[in-house]
Amino acid sequence: MAIKDYLRERFFPHMWCPGCGHGIVLNNMLRSIEQLGLSKNEIVMVSGIGCSSRISGYVDFHTLHTIHGRALAFATGVKLGLPELNVIVPMGDGDALAIGGNHFIHAARRNIDITAIVMNNRIYGMTGGQFSPLSGIGTMATTAPFRNIDHDFDVAELSKAAGATFVARTTTFHAKQITDIIKQAILHEGFSVVEILTQCPTYFGRKNREGSASNMMELYKKNTTPIGSQAKQENPELIERGILHEVEAPEYCNEYDKIIKAAMKGK
Amino acid sequence: MAKPKLKEHIINREWCKGCGICVHFCPKKVLELDDTDKVVAARPQDCICCKLCELRCPDLAIEVIVERQ
Amino acid sequence: MDPNIKFIQGNEVCVEAALYAGLNFFAGYPITPSTEIAEHLAQKLPEQGGKFIQMEDEIASMAAIIGASLTGKKVMTATSGPGFSLMQEALGYAIMTEIPCVIVNVMRGGPSTGLPTSVGQGDVMQARWGTHGDHGIIALTASNHQDVFSITIDAFNLAETYRTPVILLFDEVVGHMREKLVVPEPGEIPIVERLRTSVKGGVDYHPYLPREDGRLPMSDFGGVHRYNVTGLYHDMWGFPSNNPSVVQGLHRHLNDKITNNVNQISRYKEYYLEDAECILISYGSAARSALHVVQERRPRGEKLGLLELQTLWPFPYQMIKEKCENAKSIAVVELNAGQVLRAVKRAVNDPEKVFLANRIDGVFITPVDIRNMLRFVQGRGA
Ligand SMILES: Cc1ncc(C[n+]2csc(CCOP(=O)(O)OP(=O)(O)O)c2C)c(N)n1
Ligand code: SF4
Ligand code: SF4
Repeated sequence: MAIKDYLRERFFPHMWCPGCGHGIVLNNMLRSIEQLGLSKNEIVMVSGIGCSSRISGYVDFHTLHTIHGRALAFATGVKLGLPELNVIVPMGDGDALAIGGNHFIHAARRNIDITAIVMNNRIYGMTGGQFSPLSGIGTMATTAPFRNIDHDFDVAELSKAAGATFVARTTTFHAKQITDIIKQAILHEGFSVVEILTQCPTYFGRKNREGSASNMMELYKKNTTPIGSQAKQENPELIERGILHEVEAPEYCNEYDKIIKAAMKGK
Repeated sequence: MAKPKLKEHIINREWCKGCGICVHFCPKKVLELDDTDKVVAARPQDCICCKLCELRCPDLAIEVIVERQ
Repeated sequence: MDPNIKFIQGNEVCVEAALYAGLNFFAGYPITPSTEIAEHLAQKLPEQGGKFIQMEDEIASMAAIIGASLTGKKVMTATSGPGFSLMQEALGYAIMTEIPCVIVNVMRGGPSTGLPTSVGQGDVMQARWGTHGDHGIIALTASNHQDVFSITIDAFNLAETYRTPVILLFDEVVGHMREKLVVPEPGEIPIVERLRTSVKGGVDYHPYLPREDGRLPMSDFGGVHRYNVTGLYHDMWGFPSNNPSVVQGLHRHLNDKITNNVNQISRYKEYYLEDAECILISYGSAARSALHVVQERRPRGEKLGLLELQTLWPFPYQMIKEKCENAKSIAVVELNAGQVLRAVKRAVNDPEKVFLANRIDGVFITPVDIRNMLRFVQGRGA
């Protein structure tokens, strides 16, 4: 199947700004699904609210576009309701880690088999450029007109500490890696987090003088390095890309099935 | 394996928003934006079919079609 | 002893009834005085192959049951005032997306943490208007265990019939008291099953196009129809739309499907209303004391009657107006500052004859309390 077959083409061109990285995530996420040969009926995409969350409207799966920050809680109901479905949850950084932070760590803690994709543009795109919990110190935003003094989360470390069993990071510059990592994240049995650095040229780029979308992607190339690289040792500032954490652990829905077996036997 | 040979670039002008990402990252400078800010394959003969434009286009607006060997 | 006769708490009755109605997915977060519902379901659901999950908060609980409902499950959550407040945003989502679900609110004294272990009925208006935007809502209540059983089943049936969340407004007294319940035989009370579309795969399915009878057949996630569910105004396929006629149509539909069916949704009980000069209107645990007063006073020749409301929303304005036409006075007995009182005043011809008999101190209203207040209403007070 061509990736266009996974699209709801009648809604194109999509609503994202020119150069918005969210479209690159969409582009390559669909390639992962195509390469895995998944059928459209076995995929549920659940999203919250934000520019990033609009992704669910564009794909021809079962799609649930919910409320800000709560996508993982809705997704938990879908997954536990029908564990045979593949549940994918793309989220903005604010959606996932500000308003949705609690659901994020608890979904990770349960190790429920959901693929969470954090589309990290370090800003609130939809509401027009306020800082997010991933903006980081010193960045500029409409609500940090002098400079941001809020520390940021390290999504990967946070996910790992919370119990996610697959954690990876890449960027929109590294398109092939997006496809490769999302494939593995979907195949992983347990809670997987994929952080994708994605440019918001309209707000983050403009506010922080990072130039055009292409220029922002050049920065992803410059500021990141494959995990375990020599470059990282020489320059600890570099952000690591790749699969940062992968372990096997009991998955929530499987464990609940065991509870049902035991409860039904005891009856 | 033989090198893939370009058949054509399919550009969806309705979808292209002229962001210039494909133009910027094309290693062979095959692509250009025209006066309406839509992408065109200006030098298709130089295309090495790396498909980086296709993978990085946020609007799913460009496709590199290779000759079937 | 007959195994169908039980002597249990109201919260447990709600559990028995929900299972009878086909509940197979529950998500919740503990809060007094509703917690026993979660505890019993944690035990009983997996015994029947159903699923229970304790979420991280009430927001997540509400979200999880909506997600599970879309996979074809019959779903419920249970909470009390503070948790009910947290559920309001997702409740609005379920209204907008027309997803069947049942929310139990075992009311305690509020606002805020209020009186966690004491009775109150202060969430009547929160049930009506707690979430943002115009909307129709169904809220039911009951005063005794047999009625808790049947009204809980009604809640599930109405949720399926109208594709809407239904709120069960029980209260601490009903939830925690123990009395007899006769569990009906399977099949004795009709159950409304999920209406699923008969449209075949590959044929255009409209998840949001009502049939002639107003019902909207569903298709489970994972099935052959892939559609979109969104809290944005949406067209008949579920895709976002801000076309004014689509918006107005959906807005109307969400309100009309409830308000135009008040008579079908309305449940109430009446005692001695035919010739009543003074009518008590009450609901939930307060109605127990009200009934006691009426039953005690009637033999003495006092023309007292009781109208016990079981459907609080949509409010049965017309029915109340008719029943109260000939009454000289009406006393609304409730455990709040007059939430149903206001609705009753709007319903009757002469609002001046409507009085409030309430308690707002966390103490259950007794028949003596009501009798004392009636003396004032009937002009016999000092
Ligand atoms: C409860 C609630 N609070 C606030 C909002 C407003 N809101 C919509 S999207 C958004 C943030 C979007 O930022 P992010 O999640 O990072 O996604 P992006 O738009 O950048 O892709 C906010 C604050 C809302 N819709 N709901
Ligand atoms: S505002 Fe930013 S995140 Fe939103 S569509 Fe535009 S570029 Fe993308
Ligand atoms: S990357 Fe896509 S949208 Fe941007 S200029 Fe090229 S074809 Fe157009």
